[in-house]
Amino acid sequence: MNILVVGLNHKTADVDIRERLTFNGQKLEEGLRRIKTLPDVKEAVILSTCNRVEIYTVVSSAAAAHESIKNFISEFHGIDRSALETTLYAYEGINAVRHIFRVAASLDSMIVGEPQILGQIKDAFEFSLRKKATGILLNKLMKKTISVAKRIRTETKIAENAVSISFAAVELAKKIFTDLSSKSFMLLGAGDMAELAARHLANSGVRDVIVANRTYETGCELAKEFNGRAVRFEDFMHEMVHTDIVICSTGASKYVLMKEQMQKVMKERRQKPVFIIDISVPRNIDPEINNIDNVYLYDVDDLQGVVDTNVQGRQKEAENAEVIIAEEIETFQKWLISLDSVPTIVALRERADAVKKEEIEKLLNKLPALGEKERDAVEYMASAIINKLIHPPTTALKEDSEDRDILIAAIRKLYGLDEKGE
Amino acid sequence: MTTLFFELALTFYFTAAIISVVELFRSSKTTTKVMLLFVAVGFILHTVSIVLRYADAGRMPVVNPHEATSFFSWCIVLLFLILEFRYNIGLLGSFIMPLVFVLMLSSAMLPREIKPLSPELQSYWLSIHTLLAFIGNAAFAMAAGIGIMYLIQERYVKSKHPSGLFQRLPSLQILDEINYRLITIGFPLLTLAIITGALWAQSAWGSYLKGDFRVVWAIITWLTYAVVLHTRLLAGWRGKRAAILSIIGFLTILIAFFGIKLLGKGLHVFL
Repeated sequence: MNILVVGLNHKTADVDIRERLTFNGQKLEEGLRRIKTLPDVKEAVILSTCNRVEIYTVVSSAAAAHESIKNFISEFHGIDRSALETTLYAYEGINAVRHIFRVAASLDSMIVGEPQILGQIKDAFEFSLRKKATGILLNKLMKKTISVAKRIRTETKIAENAVSISFAAVELAKKIFTDLSSKSFMLLGAGDMAELAARHLANSGVRDVIVANRTYETGCELAKEFNGRAVRFEDFMHEMVHTDIVICSTGASKYVLMKEQMQKVMKERRQKPVFIIDISVPRNIDPEINNIDNVYLYDVDDLQGVVDTNVQGRQKEAENAEVIIAEEIETFQKWLISLDSVPTIVALRERADAVKKEEIEKLLNKLPALGEKERDAVEYMASAIINKLIHPPTTALKEDSEDRDILIAAIRKLYGLDEKGE
Repeated sequence: MTTLFFELALTFYFTAAIISVVELFRSSKTTTKVMLLFVAVGFILHTVSIVLRYADAGRMPVVNPHEATSFFSWCIVLLFLILEFRYNIGLLGSFIMPLVFVLMLSSAMLPREIKPLSPELQSYWLSIHTLLAFIGNAAFAMAAGIGIMYLIQERYVKSKHPSGLFQRLPSLQILDEINYRLITIGFPLLTLAIITGALWAQSAWGSYLKGDFRVVWAIITWLTYAVVLHTRLLAGWRGKRAAILSIIGFLTILIAFFGIKLLGKGLHVFL
């Protein structure tokens, strides 16, 4: 029994290959069913996201299964096998376990620490579980994977800081204002980037949303989307007096807000803090404004700087995560080894019972005259002998000793447990 | 007995201060909890030592420098615990507990013998006046600590390089709010302390204004905080300016508290 991962991700395959290998909807169910019927595959889970397609399996022979899974992918998706050679990777045994742990902990993701992958793994596992495609090994492995990923999320800061410009803006807003739900927010202009950041802010529950756009009608439409109100662009200065957060992206070629104007606004607001995010390129807001007390101005480069710092921070945290993974692999390995002894004990028992049955039959054929009582006595004696004989090796297998895998191998060989046709 | 409890409290505060400084560099929920536990146990021991000393001396133990610094620390810790449970401000302990430890250490090094109080000063005014003054000043100390936190956090946001403590310090708004609230608590207490001080002077010496250097300084402090509140309410001075003013205000208190010794003896016998 071996664990095998075959797959590809954003690092090994371009998006057009990834698209073609996706298992979605109907294809997932069909794919899972067919993988399970491959001769060497015992258990299977298919993970299919936009950045990766991976097949987690428990197989009897890794080499053979690797081949047959590759063939299956090529045939199922109608892709030439040679095209897969460079894009597909495979891990077996403990390396496969490490890979799955790393994927779930988002260490292998495009953005380290992103949270979606864990949910996707959970879904993939639950789907396989429902379709009865998993067994004792994958069930244990997937549950362990999920708990390892959760542990890393709580014990390291891998997912802590924002790594996109719009989330960085929301995070900053939360460090300036305690509670965004009592704050109002103005969208100045309607660039795409501004809209995205606005959506994040709106989702974090700002109280009201004002849209000031040069084309009033477009502003109205956007305002409707955010449950806010639109004002004429010329009036935005007046609105600044009541606005706590401003996102600006007007596409104007010069500054629309100068320091002196902002100073006047601050006086009217009685110095209540304002957070201004200038997403426009070229910038639309006089950078000098940041020097006014209680005004915090960030442009795109500033936000990108914050994001870069956070990404570096995550990479540092990833090192801590690897330590946790190494620890967890060790405990999982222990479980794997303990599991190995169970089938061996069962096989040994079955072997002994088969021999007993065979020999009793032979004996009864030779001595047909035996009565009921005598037959029972013979059977009892045979059972006693085999029980006495297999008791010490069974106990040895059950013990948690250093050299158990050697013992398992020895017993399998000495009793011929791996020979066919028994 | 009171010495034993005092030393124990000092030890607990010391440990808490060490943990709180370590917290600046790496923290988890456990370290914060352990730190708070040490503060809380230290506070209980400290309270016992003060009560015992009250019993020994037969009056509020705020008369000599040892007692005064110890009682001042006690008020700060009390406020710290209240704030911590009310607002749960990240890292507040790191800014307060080292100060508490330094105060307690100086208290420990000052002479501890109980000196008799001159008869004209023995009155219930002693308890009322000092309690008001000490809690008020403790509120100002907290406000200054919060003000420092505000300035650090403001630096992070303004500099556009939010890193280091940025994530763990609370938001600017909450720091500003608590700073303001502490001053609105401290100011009336200080006002009442000055009034009760005058009444006490009247009952002891028959004059409201038989003041010393400390009285003058108390009035300067009072004016400083009056300015803080006035500019905030009328001109909307908040945030950075309010934080700086609250730190300046606390510095004037420290001068009043420790500086008087350099300027000769006054009627406030303890310094």
